[in-house]
Amino acid sequence: MTGIVALYIFMLAAFTGYEIIAKVPVILHTPLMSGSNFVHGIVLVGAMVALGGAVTPLEKIIGFIGVLLAAGNAVGGYVVTERMLEMFKSSGARKVGGGH
Amino acid sequence: MDVMHAPGVASRFLVIDISYFLTAALFIMGLKRMSSPVTARSGILWAGAGMAVATLVSFLYPGMSNFELIIAAIVVGSIIAWWSGKKVAMTDMPQMIALYNGMGGGAAAAIAAVELYRAAFANAVNAPVQHSAVVMTLAVIGGIIGAISFSGSLIAWAKLQGVLNKTVRFGGQKFVNGLLFLGSLVVGFIVVMHHGADPLHVSLIFALALLFGVAMTLPIGGADMPVVISLYNALTGLAVAFEGFVMNNAAMIIAGTVVGSAGTLLTQLMAKAMNRSLANVLFSDFGSGGGGAATAVSGSMKPIEASDVGVMMAFASKVIVVPGYGMAVAQAQHKVWEMCQLLIDRGVTVKFAIHPVAGRMPGHMNVLLAEAGVPYDLISDLDEINAEFETADVALIIGANDVVNPVARTDKSSPIYGMPILNADKAKNVIVIKRGQGAGFSGIENALFFLDNTRMLYGDGQKAAAELVNAIKAVG
Repeated sequence: MTGIVALYIFMLAAFTGYEIIAKVPVILHTPLMSGSNFVHGIVLVGAMVALGGAVTPLEKIIGFIGVLLAAGNAVGGYVVTERMLEMFKSSGARKVGGGH
Repeated sequence: MDVMHAPGVASRFLVIDISYFLTAALFIMGLKRMSSPVTARSGILWAGAGMAVATLVSFLYPGMSNFELIIAAIVVGSIIAWWSGKKVAMTDMPQMIALYNGMGGGAAAAIAAVELYRAAFANAVNAPVQHSAVVMTLAVIGGIIGAISFSGSLIAWAKLQGVLNKTVRFGGQKFVNGLLFLGSLVVGFIVVMHHGADPLHVSLIFALALLFGVAMTLPIGGADMPVVISLYNALTGLAVAFEGFVMNNAAMIIAGTVVGSAGTLLTQLMAKAMNRSLANVLFSDFGSGGGGAATAVSGSMKPIEASDVGVMMAFASKVIVVPGYGMAVAQAQHKVWEMCQLLIDRGVTVKFAIHPVAGRMPGHMNVLLAEAGVPYDLISDLDEINAEFETADVALIIGANDVVNPVARTDKSSPIYGMPILNADKAKNVIVIKRGQGAGFSGIENALFFLDNTRMLYGDGQKAAAELVNAIKAVG
């Protein structure tokens, strides 16, 4: 990947992120923040490759911490987002589900 | 891995590239689905599938070793995060998000550290230069941002969790903070200019950045913390994107950048919902509740009995409930919803009005109501509901205070002047469930409580809601 292509990716991704959030209702701010928190858990793949290429003990230790933290970010972010979104139901769903 | 049967390096990269492409698409579509309550649930599943694909194919990277370390770290990190994520109470969600976010920032900083230390040690023995100056710069910047996000998020977590109650402030604090930040940039510049310089310089970058994260978060009050968490979320995204350039990893660049820009916008929206600018949140002292001069409010608070409120609501045609964080603290949301269901069954129109800053971050109250089983289509935000208060027979305020204080509309000397509020005072009858007669979170007297059409129902939120349930049942 050349530098200029990376720059194009950067620009387009920035606009994409902006557009996705621009019209989101306030009621979803917390889950959405949690969801985007999960998405940057992709740092896990970079940490894996960094640890995979680690040679010296120092590199291995830092790489290990990196993978550990990244896995925590990804898994924790997923679990709490899923838990929150699971609870959002419409009144239609409530009646179908047997009501109160 | 079975080397004999491993596919060639080129085809492995093809598999990895295609998988990362798929991951990026799943992330973007997932986030898009998460922006509507109807599709939100499926959104996180899509994004989760993307993450699973990316993680699995990353094991195929040519030249990887240390597999046992990688798997051990993933297993340990996942188990701890899974357990804590399942266990955390909905009221504590904001600080948990801060914690996971900090971990992501720390991981980005760790990637930077591995690359920078490698360059530094290679430079020390005059080995060939490993990275171009551009890549080194990106590694340094991503590392600094990630480290700030890591230590800052930990402080934010500690403050919201109540582990750390002090709000540390001293003269010249901004100057010291500025020096820490500038210092890490200058040392980073030296490292870039000297192809990694030496391990001591690399360590110094991270030490200064970590200190800066702590120092800049310490003076910010608990009430402003959600905005700060959102900002750190955006910063982690940016750090991940920068390290994505370093690792030549398109999935990281795209996902990190999307989160960076989406998070920045979300931070601005949150600050706006609190009637503050981001700079004001980061650099002012309001968040700790420095209480302004309370304006004298005339009139008196008039108490009412639960049985009377029950009758009033049972024969109303429209009731608007205004919940605040106090309701969640009293764990009253289940009883409140039970009460509302009784009213709905009697043909009363019931709506929930949510102020953007109800709860501990925008949207937090919706999560807490959803937990109690309140359907999201009964919940309206400020812009939707404000015109409806005039047609409501009863506005029931439970655990909310400053967000319904009409002083914000009228009194220019009030610290909350100009903050958008819910126009609960326009309802025909206003019922306020409140523990005692004290002032609100910000220490400002609430003019709403003294209005002619307001009655106070004193008591613990949960107990009062239970009494209302019985009162409505008694109406028959």
